[in-house]
Amino acid sequence: MAARVPVPVSAPAAAQAPDAAGPVATVRGLTRRFGDRTVLDRLDLTIARGEFVALLGRSGSGKSTLLRALAGLDEEIEGDLKVDGSVAVAFQEPRLVPWKRVRDNLTLGLTTPDAAGRAEAALAEVGLAERARAWPLTLSGGEAQRASLARALVREPGLLLLDEPFSALDALTRITMHRLVLDLWAAHGPAVLLVTHDVDEALLLADRVLVLDGGRVGHEWTVTTPRPRHRDHPGLLTLRAALLTALGVTPEGPA
Amino acid sequence: MSVAELEGELRGTVRADPRHRPRAATSRALRRGWHRWVSPLVVVLLWQVASTSGLLPSRLLAAPAQIAATAFDLVRSGTLPTAIAVSLERVLLGFAAGAVAGVGLALIAGLSRTGENAIDPIMQMLRALPFFGLIPLFILWFGIGETPKVLLVALAVSFPLYLNTFAGIRGVDGKLAEVARTLRLGRAALVRHIVLPGALPQTLVGLRQSLGVAWLALIVAEQVNADAGLGYMINDAREFLRTDVIVVGLLVYSTLGLLTDALVRLLERRALRWRREFLSR
Repeated sequence: MAARVPVPVSAPAAAQAPDAAGPVATVRGLTRRFGDRTVLDRLDLTIARGEFVALLGRSGSGKSTLLRALAGLDEEIEGDLKVDGSVAVAFQEPRLVPWKRVRDNLTLGLTTPDAAGRAEAALAEVGLAERARAWPLTLSGGEAQRASLARALVREPGLLLLDEPFSALDALTRITMHRLVLDLWAAHGPAVLLVTHDVDEALLLADRVLVLDGGRVGHEWTVTTPRPRHRDHPGLLTLRAALLTALGVTPEGPA
Repeated sequence: MSVAELEGELRGTVRADPRHRPRAATSRALRRGWHRWVSPLVVVLLWQVASTSGLLPSRLLAAPAQIAATAFDLVRSGTLPTAIAVSLERVLLGFAAGAVAGVGLALIAGLSRTGENAIDPIMQMLRALPFFGLIPLFILWFGIGETPKVLLVALAVSFPLYLNTFAGIRGVDGKLAEVARTLRLGRAALVRHIVLPGALPQTLVGLRQSLGVAWLALIVAEQVNADAGLGYMINDAREFLRTDVIVVGLLVYSTLGLLTDALVRLLERRALRWRREFLSR
């Protein structure tokens, strides 16, 4: 499967026998061009099993392009991309199928026995048990995003891709969602790749923070501060300054 | 109340208890509906006065009371029910054939590039034909029996359904198709769970258009050499200057049109329950 994105049909087969020790995702020399613009330029990335990685970068730096490549949604990539295990995605907009009730959104494409029971359990986990039979358009923004998370997690993915899933939520809802994501991550143990433009969000959640620059992983920090983290923790403050500089912003203002 | 106001209300207070909404809207519509009956009733009244006073001779237009009496007679004698049955059968047959053709072709064209290339140019060209102008050809090809009438209805029905269903399929949100890919849906499941339900609202718009045009096509077709049905009844009445019968026939046409439209609305309500707009009706 090297040099190709795992196609949807063959991915579950790979999920049957994941190499318990190896990384969940290995990217080597990934290049993606849009016309004559090179967005990803021979990018290398390894994500360990169960690791929480945050991906930062300026607008247009290729964060979402990388996520789409990992999700198998981009067929025009060059280079090696290997994902060992199944992948699930939660997008920036919840993208629930509006004509399916919340529970049926979760069971969509779920082939395991007792899909309905597992969907109910996943909804309970995100606090939406009583909204199982609701139509998606009647959910609030936060509820819809939780349903979207539940839809991704009910598949028990080896790699969970989160594409700025909290950016459209209000500040309070976002804090609740951060806790929820950490709880779910602890309970299910998938590797997570979180694409975000929010430096604090990355520092609060991730084991490792990457900054995309010039089409590659330009900077990389490991966050060792124990969870639950507070944004004013001294270690995080130092990291934040470094991160902002890497993103071309000094804490006092634009560079 | 303007649409904007309705929407504002919907987003604000009402969303907390959506079940409350339709009842309130219905009672308001009923109250408003009563006011809307006043002016038509006045017109009918004036019409009756004009007829009784001799101002409006019955060879031009019969009096409302006369029309009502004639309608009663036509029903009792069985003339009207028989005529309706014949016309209804033509519409149903034509509609069924046209719907199968229109939706079927839209599926083929909508679901594959090859299908689109093969079917869409032809449909777009045929659409430009004034299909009532085809009547002379239809008579030459199929005679003057039931076939040309049913086929004319079928032809009229197939285009709105084709165009709307095709546009509906192509208008399905690409982001949902991406979701389907990340959920590992196969092509058949994608069509079943995403594409077809996504196209349904537009198809239902096409359905309403096509039912409207189906009655229109029937009326035109029945003016040509019909020996039974509503059109025949109307044409026959013209020979005898029976304007009352003509008006009864026209009223029946419009009632049938309204009934089929109500049927589609009912269908829409059931099929599109998931849409928030429907809470505001």
